[in-house]
Amino acid sequence: MSAENANAVELKGVTFQRGARKIFNNVDIFIPRGKVTGIMGPSGCGKTTLLRLIAAQLKPSQGEVWVDGKNLPTLSRAELFDMRKQMGVLFQSGALFTDLDVFENVAFPLRVHTQLPEEMIRDIVLMKLQAVGLRGAIELTPDELSGGMKRRVALARAIALDPQILMYDEPFVGQDPIAMGVLVRLIRLLNDALGITSIVVSHDLAETASIADYLYVVGDGQVLGQGTPDELMSSDNPRIRQFMQGTPDGPVPFHYPAANYRDDLLGGR
Amino acid sequence: MRSLPTLERIRLFGRAGIEVVEALGRSTLFLLHALLGRNGLGSGFQLLVKQLHSVGVLSLPIIIVSGVFIGMVLALQGYNILVDYGSEQAVGQMVALTLLRELGPVVTGLLFAGRAGSALTAEIGNMKSTEQLSSLEMIGVDPLKYIIAPRLWAGFISMPLLALIFSVVGIWGGAMVAVDWLGVYEGSFWGNMQNSVNFHEDVLNGVIKSIVFAFVITWIAVFQGYDCEPTSEGISRATTKTVVYASLAVLGLDFILTALMFGDF
Repeated sequence: MSAENANAVELKGVTFQRGARKIFNNVDIFIPRGKVTGIMGPSGCGKTTLLRLIAAQLKPSQGEVWVDGKNLPTLSRAELFDMRKQMGVLFQSGALFTDLDVFENVAFPLRVHTQLPEEMIRDIVLMKLQAVGLRGAIELTPDELSGGMKRRVALARAIALDPQILMYDEPFVGQDPIAMGVLVRLIRLLNDALGITSIVVSHDLAETASIADYLYVVGDGQVLGQGTPDELMSSDNPRIRQFMQGTPDGPVPFHYPAANYRDDLLGGR
Repeated sequence: MRSLPTLERIRLFGRAGIEVVEALGRSTLFLLHALLGRNGLGSGFQLLVKQLHSVGVLSLPIIIVSGVFIGMVLALQGYNILVDYGSEQAVGQMVALTLLRELGPVVTGLLFAGRAGSALTAEIGNMKSTEQLSSLEMIGVDPLKYIIAPRLWAGFISMPLLALIFSVVGIWGGAMVAVDWLGVYEGSFWGNMQNSVNFHEDVLNGVIKSIVFAFVITWIAVFQGYDCEPTSEGISRATTKTVVYASLAVLGLDFILTALMFGDF
């Protein structure tokens, strides 16, 4: 694969096991460059694990993970850290450094990776915070911020070094409608303005479908379906339809596998 | 409860053994990664100073207060025994030798494990559970160099110093009780101490002990934090493990070191 490839990230035949359980079984996922790709699926299907595989925080049991022409599982620890400068991740909790204020959190990647003078660092931090609408919160500490604000500061930190790939781990969870709207707009805006590749891992259907150019639906360790949001909405596959329409029972059962209900209730006598 | 078949017991025993060996391997690699090689961040010294403050300086109050009291108790107990033989002038040398050889390094080690060790484990465990360590990795900063290494060095440097401070204030507390309160002649208290304490045999061996304890306690503390399950229960279990393992390690190693240093074999 060359760096000029149309895909920024390629997972080929990836299998990932945790103990005896296969979280992913021979999965192929291709993330197109410069687009917003959504990875959707029910909770607990391994979406976050997928992000960690792309970020090489986890190694696949089998298969290849190509990012910008490099097969990550074969890289050394030092090469990996170098590679990660081109990636940004927005974690679910924001993961701000609690001992630093908002300014220092956003300035952190610049301070450790560049030799820029202090005035320039200040300008860049202000610009990034302006982009997420929190320039006024520069002196606050993380514990003075609401959940939505934390995530926006974390977003400003994630784009501080102008990464090529930006990954979002469940960005819409626990957000009020206004914060949600802001984030949805920001993800699309940042993608188009900076020309980066965005990967949004989420189970919030409407929001993800509204900004994604391409969607993958994963479940049971497999890719259940892929396509543009419109294609998936009109899919004939009953599992995808269940997910896209949000029906509680269907091919994906509402009940966790259990013994016969009657036997269970009467068994104790 | 159903009793397990013998084969199953052997299997469980074997698995526990493998887990211990695995943890030892992981912790050794962890230590080597953290300590070897440059961090490339250029801010290593500032990080170290910050940790020296939180690990060392903030442990000073508990070390000083405990040191004074232990010195006072030693002098009081020593005096009561020695006075029967009319050799209460030897109380100075008894206090000094006990503190320098044994109680200084050992009690400082136990207090350090409880005060600084548990704090290190909880802090690192909390960083892990709030994804701060993952987030550092994604920014391209190795948490082993940025978070772990300064804490390890701070522990290695500050604990031996704390042990020395403990012995010094202990001796001062002992003098206060023996000389000022019980009326032991000041000249013989300090003179006997000076004659019997050998720099190499007593002071240096005590320092060596405290360096070994510092290494083991800090290693256990940071590793437990880094390796813990990232949940509130996992962090509390790791913190307990730090205090228990570090205390047992200090006491066990103290016996081995004492045997090697003073055992005459």
